[in-house]
Amino acid sequence: MRLWAKLEDLNPTGSVKDRAALAMIERAEADGVLFPGATILEPTSGNTGISLAMVARQRGYNLICVMPENTSFERTQLLRMWGAEIVYSPAQGGSNEAVRVAKDLASRNPEWVMLYQYGNPANSQTHYDTTGPEILEDLPEITHFVAGLGTTGTLMGVGRFLREKKPDVQIVAAEPRYGELVYGLRNLDEGFVPELYDESVLSSRYSVGPRDALMRTRQLLHEEGIFAGISTGAILHAALGLADRAAGSGQEADICFVVCDGGWKYLSTGAYEGSLEDAEQAISGQLWA
Amino acid sequence: MAIEVQIPTILRTYTGGEKTVTADGGTLADLVADLDVKFPGLKDRVVDDAGLRRFVNVYLNDEDVRFLDGLATPLSDGDSVTILPAVAGG
Ligand SMILES: Cc1ncc(COP(=O)(O)O)c(C=O)c1O
Repeated sequence: MRLWAKLEDLNPTGSVKDRAALAMIERAEADGVLFPGATILEPTSGNTGISLAMVARQRGYNLICVMPENTSFERTQLLRMWGAEIVYSPAQGGSNEAVRVAKDLASRNPEWVMLYQYGNPANSQTHYDTTGPEILEDLPEITHFVAGLGTTGTLMGVGRFLREKKPDVQIVAAEPRYGELVYGLRNLDEGFVPELYDESVLSSRYSVGPRDALMRTRQLLHEEGIFAGISTGAILHAALGLADRAAGSGQEADICFVVCDGGWKYLSTGAYEGSLEDAEQAISGQLWA
Repeated sequence: MAIEVQIPTILRTYTGGEKTVTADGGTLADLVADLDVKFPGLKDRVVDDAGLRRFVNVYLNDEDVRFLDGLATPLSDGDSVTILPAVAGG
Protein backbone atom coordinates (compact mmCIF):
# COMPACT_ATOMS: atom_id res chain seq x y z
CA MET A 1 0.00 0.00 0.00
CA ARG A 2 1.63 3.23 -1.10
CA LEU A 3 0.48 6.84 -1.21
CA TRP A 4 2.16 9.24 -3.62
CA ALA A 5 1.87 13.02 -3.36
CA LYS A 6 1.76 15.11 -6.55
CA LEU A 7 3.27 18.33 -5.22
CA GLU A 8 1.37 21.08 -6.99
CA ASP A 9 2.27 23.46 -4.17
CA LEU A 10 5.69 23.74 -5.85
CA ASN A 11 4.26 25.75 -8.76
CA PRO A 12 5.29 29.44 -8.89
CA THR A 13 2.32 30.85 -6.95
CA GLY A 14 2.05 27.78 -4.74
CA SER A 15 -1.03 26.12 -6.21
CA VAL A 16 -2.26 23.74 -8.90
CA LYS A 17 -4.03 26.71 -10.46
CA ASP A 18 -0.92 28.02 -12.18
CA ARG A 19 -1.48 25.40 -14.83
CA ALA A 20 -5.05 26.41 -15.66
CA ALA A 21 -4.34 30.13 -15.48
CA LEU A 22 -1.43 30.02 -17.91
CA ALA A 23 -3.28 27.69 -20.27
CA MET A 24 -6.41 29.87 -20.35
CA ILE A 25 -4.40 33.03 -20.98
CA GLU A 26 -2.34 31.43 -23.74
CA ARG A 27 -5.48 30.08 -25.38
CA ALA A 28 -7.07 33.54 -25.32
CA GLU A 29 -3.89 35.05 -26.76
CA ALA A 30 -3.85 32.48 -29.55
CA ASP A 31 -7.51 33.20 -30.24
CA GLY A 32 -6.67 36.89 -30.55
CA VAL A 33 -9.03 38.06 -27.80
CA LEU A 34 -6.27 39.17 -25.39
CA PHE A 35 -3.86 41.96 -26.23
CA PRO A 36 -1.60 44.10 -24.02
CA GLY A 37 -3.66 46.53 -21.97
CA ALA A 38 -6.75 44.30 -22.08
CA THR A 39 -8.73 43.67 -18.90
CA ILE A 40 -9.35 40.15 -17.66
CA LEU A 41 -12.29 39.46 -15.32
CA GLU A 42 -12.55 36.24 -13.34
CA PRO A 43 -14.68 34.83 -10.53
CA THR A 44 -12.45 32.92 -8.11
CA SER A 45 -12.27 31.67 -4.55
CA GLY A 46 -8.69 32.91 -4.74
CA ASN A 47 -6.17 30.49 -6.16
CA THR A 48 -7.01 30.89 -9.84
CA GLY A 49 -7.08 34.63 -9.34
CA ILE A 50 -3.62 34.60 -7.76
CA SER A 51 -2.24 32.54 -10.65
CA LEU A 52 -3.88 34.80 -13.22
CA ALA A 53 -2.53 37.84 -11.40
CA MET A 54 1.04 36.62 -11.75
CA VAL A 55 0.71 35.96 -15.49
CA ALA A 56 -1.30 39.12 -16.14
CA ARG A 57 1.32 41.24 -14.42
CA GLN A 58 4.11 39.76 -16.51
CA ARG A 59 2.23 40.10 -19.78
CA GLY A 60 0.67 43.52 -19.31
CA TYR A 61 -2.99 42.71 -18.74
CA ASN A 62 -5.25 44.23 -16.11
CA LEU A 63 -7.03 41.78 -13.85
CA ILE A 64 -10.25 42.14 -11.91
CA CYS A 65 -11.09 39.22 -9.62
CA VAL A 66 -14.51 38.66 -8.12
CA MET A 67 -13.80 36.83 -4.87
CA PRO A 68 -16.08 35.89 -1.98
CA GLU A 69 -15.39 38.02 1.10
CA ASN A 70 -15.02 34.92 3.28
CA THR A 71 -11.61 33.90 1.97
CA SER A 72 -8.30 34.09 3.84
CA PHE A 73 -6.60 37.47 4.20
CA GLU A 74 -3.50 36.16 2.43
CA ARG A 75 -5.51 35.76 -0.77
CA THR A 76 -6.27 39.45 -0.81
CA GLN A 77 -2.63 40.26 -0.05
CA LEU A 78 -1.33 38.04 -2.84
CA LEU A 79 -3.79 39.41 -5.40
CA ARG A 80 -2.82 42.97 -4.49
CA MET A 81 0.86 42.07 -4.60
CA TRP A 82 0.51 41.50 -8.35
CA GLY A 83 -1.71 44.49 -8.85
CA ALA A 84 -5.06 42.78 -9.31
CA GLU A 85 -8.25 44.64 -8.49
CA ILE A 86 -10.67 42.79 -6.20
CA VAL A 87 -14.45 42.97 -6.23
CA TYR A 88 -15.78 41.16 -3.17
CA SER A 89 -18.93 39.08 -3.47
CA PRO A 90 -21.13 38.28 -0.45
CA ALA A 91 -19.96 35.49 1.86
CA GLN A 92 -23.31 33.81 1.75
CA GLY A 93 -23.43 31.50 -1.24
CA GLY A 94 -19.63 31.34 -1.61
CA SER A 95 -18.21 30.95 -5.09
CA ASN A 96 -21.67 30.61 -6.60
CA GLU A 97 -22.21 34.26 -5.75
CA ALA A 98 -18.81 35.23 -7.18
CA VAL A 99 -19.78 33.57 -10.46
CA ARG A 100 -23.10 35.39 -10.50
CA VAL A 101 -21.52 38.79 -9.77
CA ALA A 102 -18.80 38.23 -12.40
CA LYS A 103 -21.33 37.26 -15.07
CA ASP A 104 -23.28 40.40 -14.27
CA LEU A 105 -20.14 42.58 -14.54
CA ALA A 106 -19.18 40.86 -17.80
CA SER A 107 -22.54 41.58 -19.36
CA ARG A 108 -22.16 45.27 -18.51
CA ASN A 109 -18.52 45.45 -19.67
CA PRO A 110 -18.37 43.53 -22.94
CA GLU A 111 -14.81 44.70 -23.62
CA TRP A 112 -13.49 42.75 -20.63
CA VAL A 113 -12.29 39.20 -21.21
CA MET A 114 -13.77 36.64 -18.84
CA LEU A 115 -11.70 33.45 -19.08
CA TYR A 116 -14.31 31.60 -17.00
CA GLN A 117 -12.40 28.70 -15.48
CA TYR A 118 -15.59 26.69 -14.83
CA GLY A 119 -16.34 26.26 -18.51
CA ASN A 120 -13.03 26.97 -20.27
CA PRO A 121 -11.79 23.78 -21.98
CA ALA A 122 -8.18 25.04 -21.67
CA ASN A 123 -8.46 24.44 -17.91
CA SER A 124 -9.03 20.69 -18.08
CA GLN A 125 -6.99 20.35 -21.28
CA THR A 126 -3.81 21.50 -19.56
CA HIS A 127 -4.22 18.73 -16.99
CA TYR A 128 -4.78 16.26 -19.82
CA ASP A 129 -1.64 17.55 -21.55
CA THR A 130 0.67 18.01 -18.56
CA THR A 131 -0.43 16.81 -15.09
CA GLY A 132 -1.77 13.47 -16.35
CA PRO A 133 1.31 12.49 -18.41
CA GLU A 134 3.66 13.60 -15.60
CA ILE A 135 1.88 11.33 -13.14
CA LEU A 136 1.79 8.32 -15.45
CA GLU A 137 5.45 8.73 -16.33
CA ASP A 138 6.51 8.89 -12.69
CA LEU A 139 4.04 6.28 -11.44
CA PRO A 140 3.16 3.75 -14.15
CA GLU A 141 1.84 1.41 -11.45
CA ILE A 142 -0.85 3.92 -10.36
CA THR A 143 -4.16 2.35 -9.24
CA HIS A 144 -6.03 5.41 -7.88
CA PHE A 145 -5.95 9.13 -8.60
CA VAL A 146 -7.48 11.40 -5.95
CA ALA A 147 -7.91 15.15 -6.34
CA GLY A 148 -10.06 18.04 -5.20
CA LEU A 149 -13.18 19.17 -6.99
CA GLY A 150 -13.60 22.89 -7.55
CA THR A 151 -13.85 23.79 -11.21
CA THR A 152 -13.33 20.04 -11.82
CA GLY A 153 -10.48 20.89 -14.24
CA THR A 154 -7.86 18.73 -12.51
CA LEU A 155 -10.08 15.66 -12.29
CA MET A 156 -11.58 16.00 -15.77
CA GLY A 157 -8.18 16.44 -17.46
CA VAL A 158 -6.10 13.91 -15.52
CA GLY A 159 -9.09 11.56 -15.33
CA ARG A 160 -9.63 11.50 -19.11
CA PHE A 161 -5.94 11.01 -19.75
CA LEU A 162 -5.67 8.09 -17.33
CA ARG A 163 -8.88 6.50 -18.58
CA GLU A 164 -7.40 6.41 -22.07
CA LYS A 165 -3.98 5.12 -21.04
CA LYS A 166 -4.83 2.94 -18.07
CA PRO A 167 -8.59 2.34 -17.89
CA ASP A 168 -8.49 0.45 -14.59
CA VAL A 169 -7.30 3.45 -12.58
CA GLN A 170 -9.94 4.71 -10.15
CA ILE A 171 -10.59 8.45 -10.51
CA VAL A 172 -11.79 9.80 -7.19
CA ALA A 173 -13.01 13.26 -6.20
CA ALA A 174 -12.73 14.75 -2.72
CA GLU A 175 -15.04 17.71 -2.39
CA PRO A 176 -14.74 20.10 0.54
CA ARG A 177 -17.81 20.31 2.76
CA TYR A 178 -17.92 23.90 3.94
CA GLY A 179 -19.80 25.54 6.76
CA GLU A 180 -23.46 26.42 6.40
CA LEU A 181 -22.84 29.98 5.28
CA VAL A 182 -21.39 28.82 1.98
CA TYR A 183 -24.52 26.78 1.19
CA GLY A 184 -26.75 29.69 2.13
CA LEU A 185 -28.34 30.14 -1.29
CA ARG A 186 -31.65 31.89 -1.68
CA ASN A 187 -33.05 29.00 -3.65
CA LEU A 188 -31.85 25.67 -4.91
CA ASP A 189 -31.77 26.85 -8.52
CA GLU A 190 -28.78 28.99 -7.55
CA GLY A 191 -26.80 25.77 -7.13
CA PHE A 192 -23.88 25.47 -9.49
CA VAL A 193 -22.34 22.63 -11.45
CA PRO A 194 -19.31 23.69 -13.56
CA GLU A 195 -19.84 23.28 -17.29
CA LEU A 196 -16.59 21.29 -17.43
CA TYR A 197 -17.96 18.59 -15.13
CA ASP A 198 -18.64 15.19 -16.67
CA GLU A 199 -19.72 12.71 -14.05
CA SER A 200 -18.75 9.74 -16.25
CA VAL A 201 -15.04 10.52 -15.81
CA LEU A 202 -15.20 9.81 -12.06
CA SER A 203 -15.35 6.49 -10.22
CA SER A 204 -16.55 8.01 -6.95
CA ARG A 205 -16.94 11.32 -5.18
CA TYR A 206 -16.63 12.04 -1.47
CA SER A 207 -17.64 15.03 0.58
CA VAL A 208 -15.08 15.70 3.33
CA GLY A 209 -15.93 17.89 6.29
CA PRO A 210 -13.64 20.42 7.94
CA ARG A 211 -12.73 18.26 10.93
CA ASP A 212 -11.38 15.40 8.83
CA ALA A 213 -9.70 17.82 6.42
CA LEU A 214 -7.92 19.68 9.22
CA MET A 215 -6.88 16.49 10.98
CA ARG A 216 -5.29 15.14 7.79
CA THR A 217 -3.69 18.48 6.90
CA ARG A 218 -1.94 18.39 10.27
CA GLN A 219 -1.05 14.73 9.94
CA LEU A 220 0.64 15.44 6.59
CA LEU A 221 2.51 18.33 8.19
CA HIS A 222 3.59 16.44 11.30
CA GLU A 223 4.42 13.05 9.79
CA GLU A 224 5.71 13.97 6.35
CA GLY A 225 6.74 17.59 6.69
CA ILE A 226 4.44 18.62 3.85
CA PHE A 227 2.88 21.98 4.63
CA ALA A 228 -0.28 21.94 2.55
CA GLY A 229 -3.56 23.80 2.35
CA ILE A 230 -6.77 22.44 3.82
CA SER A 231 -8.25 20.99 0.63
CA THR A 232 -5.22 18.70 0.50
CA GLY A 233 -6.22 17.34 3.91
CA ALA A 234 -9.66 16.53 2.49
CA ILE A 235 -8.05 14.76 -0.46
CA LEU A 236 -5.70 12.81 1.80
CA HIS A 237 -8.66 11.76 3.93
CA ALA A 238 -10.38 10.28 0.88
CA ALA A 239 -7.10 8.67 -0.24
CA LEU A 240 -6.62 6.99 3.14
CA GLY A 241 -10.20 5.70 2.99
CA LEU A 242 -9.44 4.11 -0.40
CA ALA A 243 -6.21 2.65 1.00
CA ASP A 244 -8.15 1.06 3.88
CA ARG A 245 -10.68 -0.39 1.51
CA ALA A 246 -8.00 -1.81 -0.79
CA ALA A 247 -6.11 -3.29 2.17
CA GLY A 248 -9.36 -4.79 3.49
CA SER A 249 -9.89 -6.66 0.23
CA GLY A 250 -6.28 -7.76 0.11
CA GLN A 251 -5.31 -5.56 -2.83
CA GLU A 252 -2.13 -3.68 -3.55
CA ALA A 253 -2.65 -0.02 -4.26
CA ASP A 254 -0.51 2.87 -5.50
CA ILE A 255 -2.61 5.90 -4.77
CA CYS A 256 -1.64 9.28 -6.19
CA PHE A 257 -3.16 12.27 -4.42
CA VAL A 258 -2.77 15.94 -5.28
CA VAL A 259 -1.26 18.47 -2.90
CA CYS A 260 -3.27 21.35 -4.38
CA ASP A 261 -1.56 24.21 -2.62
CA GLY A 262 0.82 25.14 0.16
CA GLY A 263 -0.35 26.09 3.62
CA TRP A 264 1.12 29.58 3.65
CA LYS A 265 -1.98 31.38 2.56
CA TYR A 266 -4.10 29.75 5.30
CA LEU A 267 -1.90 30.64 8.27
CA SER A 268 -4.13 33.52 9.30
CA THR A 269 -7.15 31.22 9.52
CA GLY A 270 -5.77 29.40 12.57
CA ALA A 271 -5.95 26.02 10.82
CA TYR A 272 -2.56 24.81 12.02
CA GLU A 273 -2.56 25.57 15.73
CA GLY A 274 -4.59 24.91 18.84
CA SER A 275 -7.27 22.27 19.18
CA LEU A 276 -9.05 20.79 16.16
CA GLU A 277 -12.33 22.08 17.61
CA ASP A 278 -11.04 25.64 17.65
CA ALA A 279 -9.55 25.33 14.18
CA GLU A 280 -12.81 23.93 12.84
CA GLN A 281 -14.67 26.81 14.37
CA ALA A 282 -12.17 29.27 12.92
CA ILE A 283 -12.61 28.09 9.32
CA SER A 284 -16.33 27.35 9.55
CA GLY A 285 -17.55 30.33 7.56
CA GLN A 286 -14.58 30.36 5.18
CA LEU A 287 -14.06 29.05 1.68
CA TRP A 288 -11.05 26.87 2.39
CA ALA A 289 -10.47 25.50 -1.09
CA MET B 1 -34.54 1.48 11.18
CA ALA B 2 -33.32 4.99 11.82
CA ILE B 3 -31.36 7.04 9.36
CA GLU B 4 -30.04 10.44 10.25
CA VAL B 5 -30.59 13.06 7.56
CA GLN B 6 -28.76 16.41 7.45
CA ILE B 7 -31.00 19.10 6.00
CA PRO B 8 -29.41 22.15 4.31
CA THR B 9 -30.43 25.62 5.48
CA ILE B 10 -32.43 26.24 2.36
CA LEU B 11 -34.77 23.27 3.03
CA ARG B 12 -35.26 23.83 6.74
CA THR B 13 -38.48 25.70 6.13
CA TYR B 14 -39.92 22.22 5.58
CA THR B 15 -38.49 20.72 8.78
CA GLY B 16 -39.54 23.54 11.12
CA GLY B 17 -35.95 24.71 11.27
CA GLU B 18 -34.52 21.29 12.20
CA LYS B 19 -31.02 20.72 10.95
CA THR B 20 -30.95 16.98 11.54
CA VAL B 21 -33.99 14.72 11.26
CA THR B 22 -34.47 10.97 11.28
CA ALA B 23 -36.39 8.95 8.75
CA ASP B 24 -36.74 5.36 7.54
CA GLY B 25 -36.25 3.59 4.26
CA GLY B 26 -34.64 0.55 2.72
CA THR B 27 -33.44 2.64 -0.20
CA LEU B 28 -32.79 6.33 -0.72
CA ALA B 29 -36.06 6.59 -2.69
CA ASP B 30 -37.95 5.11 0.29
CA LEU B 31 -36.20 7.50 2.62
CA VAL B 32 -37.17 10.50 0.50
CA ALA B 33 -40.77 9.25 0.44
CA ASP B 34 -40.76 8.92 4.23
CA LEU B 35 -39.30 12.40 4.57
CA ASP B 36 -42.13 13.72 2.42
CA VAL B 37 -44.70 12.14 4.73
CA LYS B 38 -43.06 13.78 7.74
CA PHE B 39 -42.27 17.04 5.98
CA PRO B 40 -44.69 17.50 3.07
CA GLY B 41 -43.20 19.18 0.03
CA LEU B 42 -39.61 18.24 0.76
CA LYS B 43 -39.49 15.49 -1.85
CA ASP B 44 -40.19 17.79 -4.78
CA ARG B 45 -37.22 19.94 -3.82
CA VAL B 46 -34.85 17.00 -3.88
CA VAL B 47 -36.07 14.86 -6.79
CA ASP B 48 -37.92 15.38 -10.05
CA ASP B 49 -39.14 12.94 -12.69
CA ALA B 50 -35.60 12.31 -13.89
CA GLY B 51 -34.23 11.49 -10.42
CA LEU B 52 -32.12 13.70 -8.20
CA ARG B 53 -32.40 17.36 -9.10
CA ARG B 54 -29.42 18.79 -10.95
CA PHE B 55 -28.33 21.23 -8.24
CA VAL B 56 -28.86 18.86 -5.32
CA ASN B 57 -26.17 16.51 -4.06
CA VAL B 58 -26.97 13.66 -1.69
CA TYR B 59 -24.26 11.83 0.21
CA LEU B 60 -24.53 8.50 1.99
CA ASN B 61 -21.90 8.47 4.74
CA ASP B 62 -20.03 11.18 2.78
CA GLU B 63 -20.14 9.36 -0.57
CA ASP B 64 -22.08 10.94 -3.46
CA VAL B 65 -25.01 8.61 -4.17
CA ARG B 66 -24.78 9.31 -7.90
CA PHE B 67 -21.75 6.99 -7.83
CA LEU B 68 -23.61 4.38 -5.80
CA ASP B 69 -27.06 3.38 -7.05
CA GLY B 70 -28.65 6.81 -7.04
CA LEU B 71 -32.17 6.72 -5.61
CA ALA B 72 -31.99 2.91 -5.53
CA THR B 73 -29.01 2.99 -3.16
CA PRO B 74 -29.72 0.63 -0.25
CA LEU B 75 -29.57 2.07 3.26
CA SER B 76 -28.81 0.43 6.59
CA ASP B 77 -29.62 1.26 10.16
CA GLY B 78 -27.24 3.92 11.47
CA ASP B 79 -26.42 5.38 8.05
CA SER B 80 -26.09 9.11 7.70
CA VAL B 81 -27.50 10.96 4.69
CA THR B 82 -26.51 14.54 3.85
CA ILE B 83 -28.39 16.74 1.40
CA LEU B 84 -26.53 19.78 0.04
CA PRO B 85 -26.91 22.26 -2.79
CA ALA B 86 -24.13 22.08 -5.42
CA VAL B 87 -21.50 24.79 -4.96
CA ALA B 88 -18.40 25.81 -6.88
CA GLY B 89 -14.74 26.13 -5.89
CA GLY B 90 -11.92 27.58 -7.94
C1 LIG C 1 -6.90 24.83 -2.88
C2 LIG C 1 -7.67 24.17 -3.97
N1 LIG C 1 -7.87 22.85 -3.92
C3 LIG C 1 -8.55 22.21 -4.87
C4 LIG C 1 -9.12 22.86 -5.96
C5 LIG C 1 -9.86 22.09 -7.01
O1 LIG C 1 -9.24 22.08 -8.29
P1 LIG C 1 -10.08 22.11 -9.64
O2 LIG C 1 -10.59 23.51 -9.83
O3 LIG C 1 -9.12 21.72 -10.71
O4 LIG C 1 -11.23 21.17 -9.51
C6 LIG C 1 -8.95 24.24 -6.03
C7 LIG C 1 -9.61 25.03 -7.07
O5 LIG C 1 -10.77 24.92 -7.36
C8 LIG C 1 -8.21 24.91 -5.03
O6 LIG C 1 -8.03 26.24 -5.08
